[in-house]
Amino acid sequence: MTNTLDNTATEPGRGMRFTGWAANYVDERTSASTAVKTLGRKIFPDHWSFMLGEVALYSFVVLLISGTFLTFFYDPSMTEVEYDGSYLPLKGIEMSVAYHTALDISFDVRGGLLMRQVHHWSALLFVAAIGLHMLRVFFTGAFRKPRELNWIVGFLLFVLAMALGFTGYSLPDDLLSGNGLRIIDGMIKAFPVVGVWMSYLFFGDEFPGVDVIQRLYVLHIMLLPAILIATLAIHMVLLIVNKHTQFAGPGRTNDNVVGSPVLPVFAAKAGGFFFLVFGVIMLIASLFTINPIWNYGPYDPSPVSAGTQPDWYIGFADGALRLIPPGWEFVAFGYTWPMNILVPTVVLIVLLVSVALYPFFEAWVTGDKREHHIADRPRNAPTRTGIGAAGVTFYAVLWAAASSDLIATHFGLSIEGVITTLQVLFFVSPVAAYIITKRTCLALQRKDREIALHGYESGRIVRLPGGEYIEVHEQLSDYERWKLLDYTEYQPLTVRPNNQGKITVGTRLRASMSRWFFEDRVEPIGAKELEDSRH
Amino acid sequence: MAQRPPSSDLVTSEMPEENDPGTAVVTSNSVSNPGLEPEHQRVTDLDPREEKKAERRIALFFTLSIVGSLIAAVAYVVFPIIPGDMRSVRLNNMFVGLGLAVGLLGVGIGAVNWAKSLMHGHELVEERHPTRGDEETRKTAVEMFSQANKESGFTRRSLVRNTLVGALIATPIPAVVLFRDLAPAKDPIALMKQTMWAEGVRLAKDPSGVPIKASEVTIGSAFHVVPEGLMELEKHRLEEKAKAAVLLMRLPVDELNESAERASWSYQGIVAYSKICTHVGCPVALYEQQTHHLLCPCHQSEFDVANECEVIFGPAARPLPQLPITIDAEGYLVAQSDFTEPVGPSFWEREL
Repeated sequence: MTNTLDNTATEPGRGMRFTGWAANYVDERTSASTAVKTLGRKIFPDHWSFMLGEVALYSFVVLLISGTFLTFFYDPSMTEVEYDGSYLPLKGIEMSVAYHTALDISFDVRGGLLMRQVHHWSALLFVAAIGLHMLRVFFTGAFRKPRELNWIVGFLLFVLAMALGFTGYSLPDDLLSGNGLRIIDGMIKAFPVVGVWMSYLFFGDEFPGVDVIQRLYVLHIMLLPAILIATLAIHMVLLIVNKHTQFAGPGRTNDNVVGSPVLPVFAAKAGGFFFLVFGVIMLIASLFTINPIWNYGPYDPSPVSAGTQPDWYIGFADGALRLIPPGWEFVAFGYTWPMNILVPTVVLIVLLVSVALYPFFEAWVTGDKREHHIADRPRNAPTRTGIGAAGVTFYAVLWAAASSDLIATHFGLSIEGVITTLQVLFFVSPVAAYIITKRTCLALQRKDREIALHGYESGRIVRLPGGEYIEVHEQLSDYERWKLLDYTEYQPLTVRPNNQGKITVGTRLRASMSRWFFEDRVEPIGAKELEDSRH
Repeated sequence: MAQRPPSSDLVTSEMPEENDPGTAVVTSNSVSNPGLEPEHQRVTDLDPREEKKAERRIALFFTLSIVGSLIAAVAYVVFPIIPGDMRSVRLNNMFVGLGLAVGLLGVGIGAVNWAKSLMHGHELVEERHPTRGDEETRKTAVEMFSQANKESGFTRRSLVRNTLVGALIATPIPAVVLFRDLAPAKDPIALMKQTMWAEGVRLAKDPSGVPIKASEVTIGSAFHVVPEGLMELEKHRLEEKAKAAVLLMRLPVDELNESAERASWSYQGIVAYSKICTHVGCPVALYEQQTHHLLCPCHQSEFDVANECEVIFGPAARPLPQLPITIDAEGYLVAQSDFTEPVGPSFWEREL
């Protein structure tokens, strides 16, 4: 540890004496000094992308604060009442108590609409920040050993966040969210064998029943948040145990962390950042309306508004449903198999499971059992970056499909044309994204190599005495160059027999995967090559 | 770069290195790390006047925050909600929100500024250690487990252990039955195959509940329809509506292609189809008069009314079920029977 504490003795003032007394009081009862000693000067490296996880964490805190406020006024009962609140267009209309109280929060509680909007905006931000945080971790390889388990924990947080979002979305019991539940009901019913019963038990009757809002409420404010908080605690503990990754840089090695200590710099920055996140959410909530439930009316199974959209993070699931061509259903053994629901459900599950398991796949392909604490620049892992780009594109196509009707109306296209195009893109674009990204990464690596060896073009043209024109290349400093040099190189595995003298199918598969990953590569610059380039 | 050799984990350390099919790692990178960059001096480190300025700037942000929070509290009182006045709701929302936003952002900007321009700015270095416990700790942990195993006889007393495992597996079984009463005792499958429609039930407008005469239905018009009496139901009104909602349309008779068995299901070009999409159950609410197409706004399934609502586009697999209709003695449209198949999304037991 090169941490140094300033030992200048200060004469204790009154405030100091009180602080000292209080600290002693607490420590003698909790051993708090141990925690401060371990965590107080813990080092956090600095990079803008490390903020994304923080954004997620802080928007969750905002969700807890605003959500608690909402529970004081909201009643999840589905009992039918006549609206008598202050929003005139709905006066006298039959609606559930849940919708009534959601309207009351909007129109009869001062600051209630604000808190509803803060809650909804921060929910959108929460899932978005988790998604971006996962992409950062993926593209920099920060999921590698020893962080594979924390990747799984984070993945669970992502799924929980979506589940919380969906259960919350349904609570106002308005027309839009009711239609969302109807879609879920249709999807549950499609399940072989147990579908009808699952829907029946979940809704407590035939759809819509009078219980589902209450049940979703219990999930939304108790069960799911409790699981999420416990999972979050594991995520944080593992973060502390594993310490943060850092990008390559001068003085940064796989065996150290370079950055700011928790006390005071990181605490000030992170604490301040919480207020920034909260403040920005508050600013958006005070200026921009979200989910105007009063425009939709109470839930009724008959009407629906055109251009219905789920919240953004459910879009990929809705889009997957829309891409199925007509007629995907058959009857076998007297039972109905709605493949138009089952196929997209399986596709979504496969997508999510592959995200969860990717670290283990890559670890198997590379056979790399070392710990990794230096984050990769995405270009230095071209195949991984390509796979990631393919995944993002795949998700984007599904997501776009959820807005197929809006795309069609906004751009004056036919809905059939939009869907058919997206069906083609569903297969083509991930492949294209993979190839383009991988090639771009390799090209960028070559550019880095060029710059590291020969410097960058300065734009200065010099005429030599002999009449020759040259452009002067500006050399990098050793510190800047190191950022381009420090990355791990892998070579494809060769197939070798194991100790029984056999070559197993697994070994062959692994070798071919390894070729796929590392056949095309740009090797890092060695010391000799660097030395040669200087003459 | 200080690279450690591939750390041997429990599995590989038992196996000679050369018999392992190998790793793809190459660890030769002989360019050496230049070490930490010399420290960058901030303007506040060099110039005491700048330092003073920064101090004042940060204090200003914190003061602004106090003002913002006070404004929010004042706005709560100054901009009350007047029942029925949307503008008052908007103003309350905006000014309370803006005050709070200034209060929060002031703290945030001030604190980050403090950290960046005034707090000790050196980069510090902390060593990492391998995540796994050191050998001694691991040995102790293993010893503790074997000690516990010895003292309890967990592996030795296999009868006790196996019955315990069995008992633990059995404990959640009651939970399965405990959840049965989440729904009533009735069989849902029978319920899903019947609706309120029956012989002689009049077609009524949604939501007024007024019965519809055949003479009201002009060519090209479309009605949202429910069974007469649905609106008066005390219980299960929405559940019944979710199954019985119907769309009524009148097409020129010569444009309607009906199969022989369904020829008597329409009345002078008036046809009635279930409004519940056969995909996942959204209401198929959009009727295109010129093409006689119905469009579901949720997932864009299209149904052709002229051809018995067959699917012409989108993810739906089955046509919308048709409600056989006729007129009664007073000229009102009535159902001939219930639907002849289950309405709405497909389910496992649908064909049973």
